[in-house]
Amino acid sequence: MRINLDDLEDLARGAALLGTGGGGDPYIGSLLLRHAIAANGPPEVVEVEDLDDDAMLFGVAMLGAPTVLYEKGACGDDMELAVRRLGERIGRTPDAIIPIEIGGVNSTLPIAAAAITGLPIVNADGMGRAFPEVQMVSYSIYGVSPTPAVVVDEHLNSVIVDTDDPLVAENIIRAVAIRMGLSVVMSCFAMTGREAKQYALRGTLTLALNAGRAIADSRKSGDPVSGVIEFLRGTEFYKHASVLFEGKVSDLHRETAKGFALGHCRFTSLENPADELVLEFQNEFLVARRNGTVKAIVPDLICVVDRQSGEPIPVETLKYGQRVKVIGISAAPILRTPEALEVVGPRAFGLNEDFVPIEEIPE
Amino acid sequence: MALRIGVDVGGTNTDAVLIDGRSVITACKTPTTSDVESGVAEALNEVLCEPTANVENVHAVMIGTTHFTNAFVERRSLSQVGILRIALPAARGIPPLVDWPDELADAIGRHVFMIRGGYQYDGQINAELDEKAVRSAAQQCRDKGIRSIAVCGLFSPVNSEMEERASRIVEEIIPDAVITLSSRIGRIGILARENAAIINASLCELAPRVIRSFRNALQTLKISAPLYISQNDGTLMSAEFAERYPVMTFSSGPTNSMRGAAYLCGVNDAIVVDIGGTTTDIGMLVNGFPREATIYAELGGVRTNIRMPDVLSLGLGGGSIVTRDPELRIGPQSVGFSLTEEALVFGGDTLTTSDVAVAAGYAKLGDAALTGDLDSAVVERAVKLIHSMIEDGIDTMKLSADPVPVILVGGGSILVGRDIPGTSEVIVPQHADVANAIGASIAQIGGEIDRMYSYEELGRDAAMEQAYAAARSAATDAGAIPGTTTIVDVEELPLAYIPGGTVRLRVKAVGELKASA
Repeated sequence: MRINLDDLEDLARGAALLGTGGGGDPYIGSLLLRHAIAANGPPEVVEVEDLDDDAMLFGVAMLGAPTVLYEKGACGDDMELAVRRLGERIGRTPDAIIPIEIGGVNSTLPIAAAAITGLPIVNADGMGRAFPEVQMVSYSIYGVSPTPAVVVDEHLNSVIVDTDDPLVAENIIRAVAIRMGLSVVMSCFAMTGREAKQYALRGTLTLALNAGRAIADSRKSGDPVSGVIEFLRGTEFYKHASVLFEGKVSDLHRETAKGFALGHCRFTSLENPADELVLEFQNEFLVARRNGTVKAIVPDLICVVDRQSGEPIPVETLKYGQRVKVIGISAAPILRTPEALEVVGPRAFGLNEDFVPIEEIPE
Repeated sequence: MALRIGVDVGGTNTDAVLIDGRSVITACKTPTTSDVESGVAEALNEVLCEPTANVENVHAVMIGTTHFTNAFVERRSLSQVGILRIALPAARGIPPLVDWPDELADAIGRHVFMIRGGYQYDGQINAELDEKAVRSAAQQCRDKGIRSIAVCGLFSPVNSEMEERASRIVEEIIPDAVITLSSRIGRIGILARENAAIINASLCELAPRVIRSFRNALQTLKISAPLYISQNDGTLMSAEFAERYPVMTFSSGPTNSMRGAAYLCGVNDAIVVDIGGTTTDIGMLVNGFPREATIYAELGGVRTNIRMPDVLSLGLGGGSIVTRDPELRIGPQSVGFSLTEEALVFGGDTLTTSDVAVAAGYAKLGDAALTGDLDSAVVERAVKLIHSMIEDGIDTMKLSADPVPVILVGGGSILVGRDIPGTSEVIVPQHADVANAIGASIAQIGGEIDRMYSYEELGRDAAMEQAYAAARSAATDAGAIPGTTTIVDVEELPLAYIPGGTVRLRVKAVGELKASA
């Protein structure tokens, strides 16, 4: 299987949905990918099951604040440098590139890295969505170290980070990224095929592609939001999906601080001005509260889409007055285990709540 | 008696209305001329023929025009643009014009200069401005005879200093350069902002010519009242401002027709369907103003991020050509302003949608007998197709399945003769065919401030209050009646590099234009 130029728009759209408000603008990633494919040909897509147990896989991703990505865009040679340096550090060149985060720009960037380096890309990732921090990945939750990690900026400055502790890795990489201007590329999470088979979420590249396609296709027949919800309900990971709220943006507070895009957004129902939903975000949407009651919370997915076209709206393009629907989707089971919740549950984000699966929250 | 004249210069027709306070005294419609000036002068002349009208009592003339949109979309009269992107080493994987349609990028010449410089998100310097490279770029532009320059700097909305410095260097080398700085036009998002600046620059030599023809028309009629030009958001800008920022007029046409429609019907929330000679624009009115485009606004196939109304355009108008082979199709080709020569009802030999409406019996135009030979089955299918195109368009713009009121405006509104499913009522106000010009005439004058406030010192609420007050002041300074001002747009951009939790606030206020002294 190959990713074709025709697929890029649907992939970017599905990745934006799974980006849960963050993950960066896939459009920029898809422009870079378009060039990479045009110059190097489309990379081969490999299923996790078809990997050799001893194959060496490198993760590739961008890290920083999505707001900054909209300005700094992408380079291309920075990814190549990161992969090369990681190979030098480990003493082995990779057999394939594996995505870390399927939500947002990190769906398309690793595919571009694969095209540029001539390696295959694995149809999987470590989240099935987007998360703001390096340790919030299934790989590291279950024991694969994010480091050694090579961090590269647009000036082609590079830093190699080595630590046993994934949270320390996040802190050091974040500190480096902040000093580098909050938009860097990394190659990290070197792992074996065996480890990928144990800890990767399979097929998420095609899931993103098909979700994006579901939105586009259902526009023709009527209701794209219902169309994508129907698609999600038919998948293994996202089977509990529903509309949490419908309304317009009535307040928005957003700032770039501590290495993230932080803030909250308030939506007011068009039918009843007293009915409000508030979303808090740290790059991605973390919790949805309707009139004070939690309706969805991390690691479950919260997505905001245009009410009529179904187009996903990232935090960066939220604007006062937009008419939207807020969708809640269950996270993959691998993210809802007790070990996972220590790392990607509400308390890991500083929220004073416990996780309740979305399917257990009354409407 | 404080009269205003609203004018809409469309691709096909130039419309004018004479307004006294809240009432329309008279209106007229005349074909747009290729020199623009004659058509405007003719329209002004006609409305001033009204016996009660006196040129001394005209206190303002407002002109809305699709001239710049049309020029850009049709790739006409576009200048070659020198594009200076000051961002290296960042963003080099997404160079300028990377997402432009090929013919459009070719039309403006692909003169791209990637230059070192730019800021970080927090205002710190990412790379020093390479002044030598700016000089070299300017020299190359000068040698190619390029006068129109677009400058886009990395994070320029946070700090525009490098853009301004580059602008001064360009002016030293090309003294008559017309320079568009991206920081004045767009927001965070380098490609979208840069694209807006490039589009603006491509129209910067056309703009003064067009504005001058408006001024000449006023002079011919001995109108000494000030000239205002309609903006995208339904407010007015001075003619001088419009010469520099023609891209701010792009959707003033649809905005004006929607606001004019709202005014005529006394309705604030509705779908507005404006059927012109070549296109139909469909928008949604919310609280008297058009709903804004959600994410990006695409202008001629190019992504930008300036504030624009959400308008769906269909290739259906009163002059649209109806073809029967191989299957029934309407438009997008149109006879445009040649309707009165080419349509069947006027003795021509082109089957147009207007002919269909006349043949079906619900429109009166020209000589109905000249459609006598048309096959009634074909007429019926064409009528159905016209209505289903409109119905689909309305459905795309609606926010729910609930029926909505529809206001029908524009000269091509004669094409609608049947009920449209999904609508609660179809209102065709009097003077519907000049709703654009009415919208221009009732437009309010706006003022905008763009300042930094310390949230730490003042607190967010107090800072907002101060900013709101400053915006209202700016509006009254521009000519708004004090006490009539409202806040229409607020944008917050936190700036971390300046101590004190500093935030950049852009606030726009609008108010009723007062009668000039």
